[in-house]
Amino acid sequence: MNKLLNVSTSPHVRSSASTSSIMCDVLIAMAPAALFGIYQFGFRAFLIIVICVATAMLTEYIYEKAMKKPITIMDYSAAVTGLILALNMPAYIDLWIPALGSVFAILIVKQLYGGLGQNFMNPALAGRCFLLISFAGKMTQFFPDGVTGATPLAALKAGESVNLLDMFIGTIPGTIGETSVIALLIGAAYMLAKKVINWKIPFTYIATVAVFALIFGGHGFDMTYVAAQICGGGLIFGAFFMATDYVTSPITPNGQIIYGVCLGLLTGIFRIFGPSAEGVSYAIIFCNLLVPLIEKVTMPTPFGREAKK
Amino acid sequence: MNKNIERLYNGIIKENPTFVLMLGMCPTLAVTVSATNGLGMGLSTTAVLVVSNALISLLRKIIPDKVRIPAFIVIVASVVTVVQLLLQAYVPAVYDALGIYIPLIVVNCIILGRAESYASKNGIVESAFDGIGMGLGFTIALTCIGFVRELLGAGSVFGRVIIPEDFHISILVMAPGAFFVLACLTALQNKFKMPSATNVAGGSSIVCGGNCTSCSETVCAENHKKIAAAKAEEAKKAAAEKAAKAEAAKAKKAAEAAAAETKPDGNE
Repeated sequence: MNKLLNVSTSPHVRSSASTSSIMCDVLIAMAPAALFGIYQFGFRAFLIIVICVATAMLTEYIYEKAMKKPITIMDYSAAVTGLILALNMPAYIDLWIPALGSVFAILIVKQLYGGLGQNFMNPALAGRCFLLISFAGKMTQFFPDGVTGATPLAALKAGESVNLLDMFIGTIPGTIGETSVIALLIGAAYMLAKKVINWKIPFTYIATVAVFALIFGGHGFDMTYVAAQICGGGLIFGAFFMATDYVTSPITPNGQIIYGVCLGLLTGIFRIFGPSAEGVSYAIIFCNLLVPLIEKVTMPTPFGREAKK
Repeated sequence: MNKNIERLYNGIIKENPTFVLMLGMCPTLAVTVSATNGLGMGLSTTAVLVVSNALISLLRKIIPDKVRIPAFIVIVASVVTVVQLLLQAYVPAVYDALGIYIPLIVVNCIILGRAESYASKNGIVESAFDGIGMGLGFTIALTCIGFVRELLGAGSVFGRVIIPEDFHISILVMAPGAFFVLACLTALQNKFKMPSATNVAGGSSIVCGGNCTSCSETVCAENHKKIAAAKAEEAKKAAAEKAAKAEAAKAKKAAEAAAAETKPDGNE
């Protein structure tokens, strides 16, 4: 196999990056958001994170053991899936629901399609949408029992004003990991600095949402509204941590920009014209399905070859 | 094994229309929100299948080959109309639950498939038993899918709620759930290697699964014979060539030996 792959002439530049080192970087990058979630929502958030990560890794281990495949839990990809799913959970949910979501994400979406690198959809997000459709009420219950209220995005949709500073710091209702923009940006900066992700997908995604909100939001040239759309809901979390998943995003440079724009358009449509206030998850898993097509039309021309007319 | 019983076994297990042949997917995915629906749909299809198989088998020598498909469709459609009216009269609850999928039995590919591949070539009794077998296979499959979806999605068994509402995974009674459950049950069926047309020992190397009985008197079987004949021909040729080569080598050796023998002579 090695002989087959090393076809270029030496010297070869070797990268020390491996699947596990990249996945570790992603885990580290999500740590600020996770810690803030635990600080804000308390011990229950910690419990949900532990349950999600443990169930995801255990499911992967059991499946691979049962199917007599090489055990791949030490590449941490299952841990990343579990953590993303946990950060997408409201903190007051019944504890068996995140576990079910982890099993679905790893077993159905990832392993049945052939494991890491073969899944056609982001497993954590598919798991979240599975839960969102099955337990719509519980998955959008962002307050302890008996207390009612609205997330900033829902308030925004209803035409109420929101506190932008609270949204930036994260002292707002929402899922465990999506509330604090500043914690997410620290993690995103870490990933950008370590070159785990590049700027193309997240920035085109967020910019498209901003432009869409500006044009179709119905608030005229109101920067507060646009900023609230960007900071609210799962947009920052989705743009940096979920849309950039290697397996389910395009690898061609132009394709990444098209992908980001598609994500932004869909998110804008779902948020502004749809019945629900949030649309990041559905936009990302829908665009995951477009990735093969996007890659097909944006295949770069090799140096020296004439471009197809 | 008795041929009629063999037909039943074939329809229910070996060539189960849902889990093995993957036929009739539209009603399979659409109506299986509950076990009752699955059972109703399966039994309606069984009734149509038995009667249409018998009628087509009866008329197989009269129907001209060129217009056989329209003729089959007319027969099937008449039977479906009868079944539809009967359901509407005697079990209106099932009729309402199945809705448009009852008239759509006409275009169910299991029925046309059995008419084309079995009933139009075999006697009445075998054809009727083939219809029963296939119909029961379809019924069992649909009831299984409906049972799992109803149990996990709506928490009930044949309409009786046994799981509290908090634990219902409602996506399973929606459209995606049909695909999940069908895929999982088919995977289980394959995993446990139930004897079926696609699970013959060593059959994975042959595309059709190596089940030649269902192909008798068809183009496939003819081709199979042709290929076998061609292979035999080739083998014969190769053997002849080998023999010729061996002969040539022998002759050469002999010549060499002769030359070697003559060489010393020459030196002398």
